[in-house]
Amino acid sequence: MEPTQLLGFIKAEMTQRKRVSNTQSSSQNKRQSVPLASQEEDDDSTFTQPSSSQVQRGLERFTPAQVDQKTAEVVQFFLVRDQKKIPVRRADLVKHVLKDYRNIYPEIMKRAARTFDQVFGLKIVEIDSKNHMYILVNKLETAEAPPITNPTNPKTGLLFVVLSLIFMKGGAVRENLIWNTLKKLRVDAGEKHEEFGDVKKAITDEFVRQRYLEYVRIPHTEPVEFEFRWGQRAEVEVSKVKILEFMGELHDQDPQSWTQQFREAHSGSSQSAPSNR
Amino acid sequence: MDYNDYNYISTDYNAHNYRKKKKQQQQEEEEKEGAHCRSVTDQSRDMARPMEDSHRRFLQTMMANGIVDEQSARTLCQYCCETHNTQHTPDKLDDFIETINSKLQPMFMQIRKGMSEDNGHQFYALVNMAETDVTRMSSDYADNELELFRKTMDLIVCSENGKASSTDILNSADTLTTKKLKKSETEHLLNRLVHDKWLNEKRGEYTLSTRCIIEMEPYIRSMYQDQVKVCHICRNIAFQCQICEKPTCGIKIHNPCVARYFKGRAEPRCPACDDFWPHEIPEVRRPRSQSKR
Repeated sequence: MEPTQLLGFIKAEMTQRKRVSNTQSSSQNKRQSVPLASQEEDDDSTFTQPSSSQVQRGLERFTPAQVDQKTAEVVQFFLVRDQKKIPVRRADLVKHVLKDYRNIYPEIMKRAARTFDQVFGLKIVEIDSKNHMYILVNKLETAEAPPITNPTNPKTGLLFVVLSLIFMKGGAVRENLIWNTLKKLRVDAGEKHEEFGDVKKAITDEFVRQRYLEYVRIPHTEPVEFEFRWGQRAEVEVSKVKILEFMGELHDQDPQSWTQQFREAHSGSSQSAPSNR
Repeated sequence: MDYNDYNYISTDYNAHNYRKKKKQQQQEEEEKEGAHCRSVTDQSRDMARPMEDSHRRFLQTMMANGIVDEQSARTLCQYCCETHNTQHTPDKLDDFIETINSKLQPMFMQIRKGMSEDNGHQFYALVNMAETDVTRMSSDYADNELELFRKTMDLIVCSENGKASSTDILNSADTLTTKKLKKSETEHLLNRLVHDKWLNEKRGEYTLSTRCIIEMEPYIRSMYQDQVKVCHICRNIAFQCQICEKPTCGIKIHNPCVARYFKGRAEPRCPACDDFWPHEIPEVRRPRSQSKR
């Protein structure tokens, strides 16, 4: 998504400034900054899911308009995080957005989910039930590319190659194999690529943060070695059927000839992006 | 709109009156606009025009692009309808968008239409009307960077020609209250703002982008009440424009509006004071692959 959020703050400031100049008083509001990456130290344990009767009582404390407003803020928060493909932590949501509305959290989430479904064609998916992390996934069938120029991130292609490689190799791939394969494709992880920038950082850091990839240490290796697996976001967003079709085209081979991969791609777990019509 | 309303001999008194009238008219228009918004929502609620997947796909593409020109919006609308086997009425683009807007409104978002000051083409931009810090939290821009953007807007809005030179912007970077920006950082920031479609740059001079103007118009109007000028023809705020040289008149007209208004007129005269219009009249620029209108 394009950065649509730049001006929200400026507008808030303008309105504020106008209000201040109208009342001839001045006040400096100190805005706290929320770092992009979630802070591990402020954990989720302080938040307990309210019971339905608590929610009911909580709802009585707010007007419908207030609840709508809070829902809109939650939706915005999700959309902004989704721009950078960063999962939303429940703890962050409660602390920075819900605040006094925390005891009606389930109701607000229900409404936000309804809005994503009905208006945006998106779905909130919990990718980590222990730490309560959520991402947005597309509910609309993947179709041909839209006719207008879509500023797709060039790194998407890079990611697709890495995911394909992992999938074709049975789900886990040693780090070195990734770098060597990319080198054959004339992408050197050690050099700055003109389209992808720092390739190594994109793969080991950015994609991992966005939950497209997992980058884990292989136990009992000396020297230390790492391997890559599919991350939770890839599992829900990326169609294995499509990857197999892509591989088939690339190698001029029937996708069915990769028996194991074909079975996995077409097994019931294809809950995600269905293939083209 | 009747352009001849102000086609009278301009005196100081009239100019004053004109401004007053203009302001009044502006207010009335804003009120009308507000009423319009409400009625559209009520209407759609009554008619229960539901959003379909074609609308959702259109919205998703708008979210990815931020802004598209009218021609692309038409193509996109057709594509979305065909993808989802929905009936597509080529002339109903604005209705299609209105259906989306009625559902976006509670989220403080809207797809808004506006003209490019550069070529006069119509554009659709997805704007965020939320005035909260929530959207700022994951912003790509740091506090001091936002402050510099604000200062750049100040420079542009208060300038004569709707532009700010990179030198002036670099100088204003020294006056930041949050955290100073180095020269190289400011240059990098300006590049990013252009890349993200908030500013345009031409030969070291910066202007507000179409997207920025569409989104910020109501704020610019209220924040810079005394500085901001509206186009005498289309009534939207004007930055890139021609100005009547008669000091008592001084109305502004967007370059593309000039092109359309004076097209085919032998001797161009100011639509407000009837003085000779001394500027070069630009050509009307047609959108690419023009099919209608």
